[in-house]
Formats: sequence, C-alpha cells, structure tokens
Amino acid sequence: MDLKEKLVSSFLAFEATVDTSNTIHDLRTEAIKSFEAYGFPSKKLEAWKYTSLNSVLKNDFSLFPKSEVALEYKDVKQYFINDIDSYKIVFIDGVYSSHLSETTHDKIDVCLMSSALTQNRFKPVIDVYYNTIVKEDGLTALNTAFAKEGAYIYIPKNEAAAKPIQVVYFSTGADNEAMFQPRNLIVAEDNAEVTIIERHQNLSDTEVFTNSVTEIYAGKNAHIDYYKIQNDTDKSSLVDNTFTEQHDNSVCAVHTFSFGGKITRNNLNFYQKGQGIDSILNGVTILEGKTHVDHNTLVEHLEPNCESHQDYKGIFDEKSTGVFNGKIIVDQIAQKTNAFQSNNNILLSDKATVNSKPQLEIFADDVKCSHGCTIGQLDESALFYMRSRGIATKEAKALLMYAFANNVLQSVKIPQLKNRINKLIAKKLGVDLGFDV
Amino acid sequence: MSKFTEDDLKKELETKEYEYGFYTDIESDTFPIGLNEDVVRAISAKKNEPQWMTDWRVDAFRIWSEMEEPEWANVHYTKPDFQAISYYSAPKAADPNKSLDDVDPDLLEMYRKLGISVDEQKKLQNVAVDIVVDSVSVATTFKKTLAEKGIIFMPISEAIQEHPELVKKYIGSVVPKTDNFYAALNSAVFTDGSFCYIPKGVKCPMELSTYFRINEGGTGQFERTLVIADESSYVSYLEGCTAPSRDENQLHAAVVELIALDDAEIKYSTVQNWFPGNAEGKGGVFNFVTKRGLCENNAKISWTQVETGSAVTWKYPSCILKGDNSIGEFYSIAVTNNYQQADTGTKMIHLGKNSKSTIISKGISAGKSQNSYRGLVQISPRAENARNFSQCDSLLMGNECGAHTFPYIEVKNKSAQIEHEATTSKIGEDQIFYCNQRGIDTEKAIALIVNGFSKEVLNKLPMEFAVEAQKLLEISLEGSVG
Repeated sequence: MDLKEKLVSSFLAFEATVDTSNTIHDLRTEAIKSFEAYGFPSKKLEAWKYTSLNSVLKNDFSLFPKSEVALEYKDVKQYFINDIDSYKIVFIDGVYSSHLSETTHDKIDVCLMSSALTQNRFKPVIDVYYNTIVKEDGLTALNTAFAKEGAYIYIPKNEAAAKPIQVVYFSTGADNEAMFQPRNLIVAEDNAEVTIIERHQNLSDTEVFTNSVTEIYAGKNAHIDYYKIQNDTDKSSLVDNTFTEQHDNSVCAVHTFSFGGKITRNNLNFYQKGQGIDSILNGVTILEGKTHVDHNTLVEHLEPNCESHQDYKGIFDEKSTGVFNGKIIVDQIAQKTNAFQSNNNILLSDKATVNSKPQLEIFADDVKCSHGCTIGQLDESALFYMRSRGIATKEAKALLMYAFANNVLQSVKIPQLKNRINKLIAKKLGVDLGFDV
Repeated sequence: MSKFTEDDLKKELETKEYEYGFYTDIESDTFPIGLNEDVVRAISAKKNEPQWMTDWRVDAFRIWSEMEEPEWANVHYTKPDFQAISYYSAPKAADPNKSLDDVDPDLLEMYRKLGISVDEQKKLQNVAVDIVVDSVSVATTFKKTLAEKGIIFMPISEAIQEHPELVKKYIGSVVPKTDNFYAALNSAVFTDGSFCYIPKGVKCPMELSTYFRINEGGTGQFERTLVIADESSYVSYLEGCTAPSRDENQLHAAVVELIALDDAEIKYSTVQNWFPGNAEGKGGVFNFVTKRGLCENNAKISWTQVETGSAVTWKYPSCILKGDNSIGEFYSIAVTNNYQQADTGTKMIHLGKNSKSTIISKGISAGKSQNSYRGLVQISPRAENARNFSQCDSLLMGNECGAHTFPYIEVKNKSAQIEHEATTSKIGEDQIFYCNQRGIDTEKAIALIVNGFSKEVLNKLPMEFAVEAQKLLEISLEGSVG
C-alpha cells in the first residue's frame, strides 16, 4: 500500500481521535478529499520539476505517535537558542511537551493549536484566520486533513511579544519512520510585533518526513520576524509550506537558514493585500553530502506602493543540489511596486548542481522589478591574496564564503541567534573564524 | 525591401486592417482537408520523394499521432483543429526552373505589394531570394553566382532529389522527429523550405534570404529549413515573413535546423511580421516554430530575431554547444501589441569545454498583450569553463499588458560562470518630456526611446533588415501610448 492510500485510509482512525462536531472537522473532511484528488506532487508539475519526493514517499511511515517519550532539557538544550529569554512551544513526536515549553496567555496567546482548535475562547480568532491564508495543493490539503497540533500565536492590536518565541519539533524515532503534519497559525493584528524562531530536529537515525503548514497574518503596521533553522540529519525531510498575508504598512521578514536535511522544500508565499507593505525573504543555504534544498518563493503584489526584497545565497559542495524557484507577480493595479530578487550561488564540487528559475510576471507598467542570478566559484585572485598573507587555503576559502553569505546574516536581529548561526556556519566550513557576531 | 511601404501600413493600421491582407487568386492545387497516413504518403508522392524520405515522414506521423499538444507555454488560444487544415497547397504549374518572365503575373504583383520585387532585388540588393509561396518555391535568383562557389541554395524539395546524401545525413539530426509535437507534425507534412550548404572554407559572399508567405485560405504552412556550414565556412541567412489577413487562425509550424561544423559560423536573422490579428484580437497567425542549431568545435551560431507579428508566438531558437570553444548567441526583440501573445526565448545547452553563450532579449509589450521570455541555460558536467551572460529587459506600455520572465538555469559544473539579469520598466515621463521640449512629438519620442531600448539587438541585424526592423517597431507600437 503506498503512502497516499495509507494516509487516506487512516483518516477514519484519525477521526476517532478528534472532535468531529466542529467546523474544523468539516475542513478536514473536505481536505482529505482534495488530497485524494491531488495526491503527492510529482516532477511532472512545473513547480516540482527539480525536486522529487519519491525517495521520501517510499518509506512506510507511522502516521500517529504511539509512544510518549520524555526528553530532559539538558539533553536537547543545544537545539534551543538557550542564552536568551524566550517563550517556547516544544513538541516531541508531534505531541506537546509541557515540560520543555513555556507558554503564555498574558495579553498575548502563545500556546497550542490543539487548544486553539477545541476551546471556545479561541474560536473568534480561529474562525477568522484558520485555513484562510493557505492555498490548497496536495500537501497543504494533506496537512489540513490531519491538522491537530502545532503552534498558535496570537498577538492582539497594539501588543508586542516581549520575548522571541521558539517553536521546536523534536522527533525521537520511537515509532520508527514517522510522518508529521504540524500546523502553525501566527496572527499579529494591527500594530502588533512578534519574533519567532522555528526548528525541526530529528534526534534519531530513522527517517522522518515533516509536512508543515504555517499561516501568518500581519495586520496594519504589524512587524513579524520569522527565522527558520534547518540543520537536520540526513534522514530528515521537510516540506515547509508558509503562507503570509500582509496588510497596510506591515513588514514581514522570513529568514531561512538551510544547512542540512535529506530533502528540504520551502514553499514560501507572500500575499500583499494592502499598501506600503514590505516583504523580506532571505536565505542562506550551505550544503554538502547528498542533501537537497529547494526554495520555492512567491510574492504576489496585489496593491500599489509595496516592496519586496529577496536575497538567497547558496554554497554547494559534494553531491548536494540546490534549487531556487522564485516568482514575483505584480498585479495590474499594483503600480509603483518595487520588487527585487537576487539568487547567488557558489559551486564547490563538480558533482554539485544548482537549478535556478527566477521568474517575473508583471502586469503593471509603472514598476521597478529586477532579478539577478549568478552561479560561479570563489575568486582565485582573492584566495591568492589571502594566502600570500599567510592565511591557509581552507580558512581563506571559509572567509570568502562567510563574506558571501554575510549580507543575509546582517539581517538577523537577535544577536544570540546571529552568533549561533555564525557558529553553525563555521562548523559547516570546518574552521574557526575566530570572531563571534 | 526599400519599397517597404511604411506609410501605407501606418494608414492601414489606423483603420485596423492589415495592409498585407490581400488574397491573390492563384489556382491552387490543394489537398482536401484532414490528416492521416495517406495524406502524408500523398504529399511525399506529389514531391516525387525517394522511399527513405517517405518512410521518414510516415514514421514522424506515427510519432506525432501519439503525442499531445503542449500546454506549458504562457499563452492562451483555441487549439487548431489539425483535421481542418489542408496539408498541401501549391500554386499550379509552378516550375522552379523557369525564368522570372514565366512567373505568374499575379504572384509578381503580390511580391510587388510586399516590397520584395525580385528583379529589383537582383539588381540592387545583392540578395539571393528564394521566395516561397504556399510551400513551393517559384523563383530562385543568383543561383549561378552561388553555384560558382560551390554553395548549394535551393528549395529543400529539390535538394532531396539532387543532394539526397546531404539531406539524409543532416535532416532531423538537430531537431529529431520525436522532439516535440509541432516538430513531429512538421516532419510528417512539410511541403517545402530552404536548403543551404556552404562547402569547406567558403565564405558566402551575399546574405541568403527567404521570404515566407501564407496565402491559400485555410492552409497551414509547414516549412523546413536546413542550413549546413561545413568546416571553416561562413553564412548569413535572412528570413522574413508577412501573411495575408484571415479571420480564422492560421498555423505556422516550421522547423529550422542549423549545423555549424568545426570553425564554421552561421548568422541567422529573422524579421517576423505575420498577421497579428486585428485590434480586437480576432484572427492572426499561430507561430509554433522549432529552431535549433548545433555547434561543433570552435563554431558559432548567432540567432537574431525581431518578432512583431503573429497572434500567438511560441518559439525558442536554441544552440547546442557541442564542440569545445563553441559560441552561441541570441539577440531578440519581441514586440506585442493589442491581443498578441508571445512566449519566446532561447536554450543554450553547453556540452563542450570553454563554450560561451550570450542572450540579449528585449521584450516590449503594449495594448492588452502578453510577452514572455522563457529561456534555458544548461551547463553539463563536462562543460568546463562554460560562460553565459543573459540579459532580459522588458518595456511595458500601458497597464493592461504583461511582461513575464521564466529563466531556467541548470548548472552541473563548478567552473561555470553564469550571470542572469532581468529588468522591467516603462518609458519615463521625463524622457518623453525631454523630447517634447526639443520639438519631438510624443509618438516620435516613443519611437526614439524604443529604438534606443532595442539598439543592442538592432545593431546585430544585417543592414537591410535593420532599417526595416526599425520601421516595423515604430509601426507595431503606433498609438499604443496616449
């Protein structure tokens, strides 16, 4: 039985575990039908031309966590940004861990999707925002059908989250190969502010497939900073579907740091439904081994006077493959749009591959849109310059690569997080660059 | 071409009629509509083709009948009914070897209207014209001069008879029958086209030129062009098109194959001005063309195109840079107005070491048109030190049109250097104001700015074409900016 059939047939069993009387369940029932019709994306779909999920889908995943595993904070401390004060929403094998988490309901709500979906006091927010931003395809429909748990973050008008929020998904391999469908909802109403750090971490040596959906709503003047750290094991695959709806003068930035994982696919979508909006999409990808990272971005400019900035840097070694598929759509009425897209790649090995497809679809005439894409190598003369001054080749190369990725790193606003990412990069490049932050 | 009647065309465009929309009444020898294996065999028989050619066509037809029409292009149109087209139409009593005096006076009149006076060109332009009307060549000039150099330039139907070894060796070698839906269809039913062979070390002394024309109502045009430049040779080839006005959409599915052997250079320039449909988007030609060139060691292929016509264009002149140090170039201006749709670009497939390619694409959209650039740059693992530079600029006029860019970049070699950049802009009010201040009216100012925008590509065109193309740009964009 293939994975699709297994998922469809286990929906009945899933129904037994959730409240089937509310409207959320109607969405689930609709979604499973859609998933049945769409199925998993294949390479025949233009958007999936360069990424095949076949090697992931062939696994016999267990769909619902059976055993509960407790983790001690000291064992997983390294996966948190542990030197800052933060709210934490932590899941172990898809199950909420109250032991590791730190949630709040003081003015803002930082809690669980399972509570939000079932408790009446969250209903007004859920009714307005849940499943309204996401665009349906096979994978998002699948997520909606099995959505039960995840992070629920609600920042009401004129409030700001005092601390960053860390959302961490651990998998322990207790149920052998496992598939997870986390569902996150982030609502920042007018003038609200929030910073979120998301991470998926496999603690075992078994195959894990995560099909995540995150909906982000940014009201007028809202500020959202979202950091995704993807540094998982080579048995872990992730499809991250993120959908962002922005309103007047809001600023939303999503930074994706991809350093590992078997197959990582980031579907990052921005819909600008107001004026004066700024959308920022940044990414640093540093890969080796047989890892594969696919950044699939979409920015839809639907109203005039908005901006978007995309900057994706990639360094690829050994047999790794990188894909960048960026699309900017400028609607007919979205005059005075400024949309920029840049994708720079460095190939370090002859077996590494980069596929880049930066697309523009423009229907308005008074706009400034540009995209640039380069693929190249480290500058030999720069390397020579450093070596002639006593810097070893390895360090010299690392310095150049670090400099290459640096302007994206500059956009990280939490110093501790920046420090952590610097360390991750230094570790990746196998050198001690001797400077922090 | 000097008689290209811009003023008349302008006037006609204002009244939303296509100047070249006349219909010459020549008694045609037309096949009944529809397509099946018998029709393919009948075309082959009509052309007195050898058995291998017939088999090749039939094979292509079988492949085609199992293929599906592609839908990935960013264009929307009603699909042509392939069973409602007549696949053969030749002006009666066309004898390719007769002198100009014997040419049907009606046809000569048609050429005169088109501005391609054969005898005038003979004298003035030093261009050999192989005129194709409804798939059969009727007049060939300068054959003798070319023959002295050993250059073969003739309709492909004749080449099949006279030089079967060359045709057999190269036809389908760059665009195989199985390549795509329209290439397979063309392989099965092509009725004529041009064949050109430049022997080793010969530099073709003149620009070779072909004019295509769709005439008979309801007939498709399936041209096949094969240009072979043997080692160290050089040829510049021009192709220009006009088509009469028809209400139902007409299909043009041509295949062009270029083969540049070691150290050879081919320059292929196109000015395409098929009927684009009227201002309401009615009628117009469907242009689904497969053009591809193969470069051996140190060879160079350069595609230059100015696309102003056709209701729907679907065209990607490509270069397979097979040899080491080979060079591919693509210079394009695509202008769309009213309801035109263009999805055009190029493919540069780098296989050889040190291969280089340059892509300069300028898209100009006006009215309610959609203009897309779709390109592929592929660096294979063995293509050491490959280099590509791509630049795609779009100019938008008015807010009802669209400009799209779909570049595909696939790199499998670390020594490759790829640059791609694209911009989208509009004509600045300050630019127009500057011109107005100096007594240049808005219409002229726009023409000036568009010409400046397109200059990089216009410069690549041979002299005769450059002047014509410049005029064409002006006319195509007439009245598109208020």
